[in-house]
Amino acid sequence: MSTTCADPKTLEGLVWLGCYLTNGKHLLFYRSIGTVLLLLAIAAPVSLAMGFGGAMAARARFWPARILGRAYIAMVRGVPDIVFFLFFVIALDQALEFVRHKIKCPDWTDPVFRGSDFVVCPEAKLPLSSSPQIWHEIYGFSLAVFTFGIVFGAFAANVLYGAMRAVPQAQIETAEAYGMTHRQSFWRILVPQMWLYALPGLSNLWMILVKATPLLFLLGVEDIVYWARELGGAKTQAFDYPHPDWRVWYFLALLVFYLLMTYVSQKVLGRLTARLTRGQATLGGEAMRKGAAA
Amino acid sequence: MTCAETFAAYALRSIGIGERLLPREGFDICQQVVLIGSGLIWNIYFGVLALGFGFFAATGLAVAKNARSRWIRQPAELFIFVFRGSPLFIQFFLAYEALVLLPRAGIEVFGLTIETSWTTKAQAGALFVLFLNTSAYAAEIFYGALLAVPKGDLEAADAYGLRGWKRFRRVVWPTMLRLAWPSYTNEAIFLFHATTLVFFSGFPAWRQKGDALYYANYFADKTFNPFIPYPIVAGYFILLTLALIGLFGLANRRLNRHIPSDRRQRIRYRPQVIR
Repeated sequence: MSTTCADPKTLEGLVWLGCYLTNGKHLLFYRSIGTVLLLLAIAAPVSLAMGFGGAMAARARFWPARILGRAYIAMVRGVPDIVFFLFFVIALDQALEFVRHKIKCPDWTDPVFRGSDFVVCPEAKLPLSSSPQIWHEIYGFSLAVFTFGIVFGAFAANVLYGAMRAVPQAQIETAEAYGMTHRQSFWRILVPQMWLYALPGLSNLWMILVKATPLLFLLGVEDIVYWARELGGAKTQAFDYPHPDWRVWYFLALLVFYLLMTYVSQKVLGRLTARLTRGQATLGGEAMRKGAAA
Repeated sequence: MTCAETFAAYALRSIGIGERLLPREGFDICQQVVLIGSGLIWNIYFGVLALGFGFFAATGLAVAKNARSRWIRQPAELFIFVFRGSPLFIQFFLAYEALVLLPRAGIEVFGLTIETSWTTKAQAGALFVLFLNTSAYAAEIFYGALLAVPKGDLEAADAYGLRGWKRFRRVVWPTMLRLAWPSYTNEAIFLFHATTLVFFSGFPAWRQKGDALYYANYFADKTFNPFIPYPIVAGYFILLTLALIGLFGLANRRLNRHIPSDRRQRIRYRPQVIR
């Protein structure tokens, strides 16, 4: 490719397109698709874990934990959508820098909040202004992952909390009749069974999470939306690959990408539901049992 | 500037009445509350119109999705899948870029010139996208409710000799709405929340006439302090949500008026994040 693409102005047709779609900027664009997938791959387990912790806390017998868990669920659910995303990243960033400022520069006498400015000592900056670009990107990305984790964790907590209560009480009573402790009946009986009840809510949440990923753009990460705008914009003759405004095609590609994600997710979740329904004391499970018997 | 003067200058700023320049100094609470509240006019505009038109489109789509003919069912299914399966954010971008590509001078159809430049304005373009989006989401809700209409109701309609349009209008539609109403209330709330995305995606604010979040973002950028403007937006939206729940609750009461009071469906607010 490197030799054929050396002088793009002389190329035509498919060769031109091939070279165009594999130039450096486009490789960055493809990498940003990887960023989205990475965000999904990290944010989903993180929010599931936070949700599990939240749900466990919300039904704990120790009352401060219970209040904390319920407050967490109520807090995030009560605040309208995107405002939370815009607000939380700045607030988190400032909180982190403020704590570092207090630890690293105890001698600093100037106030941190100066009217409309937020100033911390240079050593407390996150990441340090001297650190390489990659750290800035990683920091921004982790803030985004954390924000997604907190917000979606609250929703997952709500779903799991409901699911834990949906497991038939008789199952727990049976476990206790067998002499299991509270902890044992939780881990051995409740948790394995609750996933079926949690699945509709969790799959709904996954779909929302997938569709929320373009918001990375708002959080300042150079994601697919950024690159689609950047690459699609009209390029003059000064560029190696001049072309008119192609942004609409790039966004169409993104739309197809997301539709594909939704489609695949629907298929996978459908299979997972079937797998979890097996042997359960529900309408679906009963239908499966009869189908297998017939 | 006193608060009353600020109110006179900026209360209708978002629709172009009052002071031309946005405030450049001060940024006191009064300014922020008034200007962000002024932006809320656009949120209400988008929400009310998209919901109003979307309601009828959604009913049509739900019936189409339930149709026996493949030629009617599949386009409806595809439409719903496309708009529910992709982020609203991307839909906005795509719509804007597509509308920008329309010829500036207008399209000639049978000697008539159709103006196109107005479609790239948020008032029209974004409203159109929101309309299509809410139609798809509401259609899925209505479709689910349509399948849940009790068989007994339909048998009763047949027994009365109702058929076709009359059967739909008198029996199926009211029951469908009654069953769908709690979910539809949530959909309406999400739609209002989604209107905050308009000026954050493709559509530029013309002459700085933006929505509530646009002005909140303006203040957050100017003051580097997100702790005042964003909670103001949140407060406005909580009020808006409460008003919506109240209004839809009234409609719910009317839809449920023939049901014994212990079997009525209550509306429960189940918020969702981003669509």
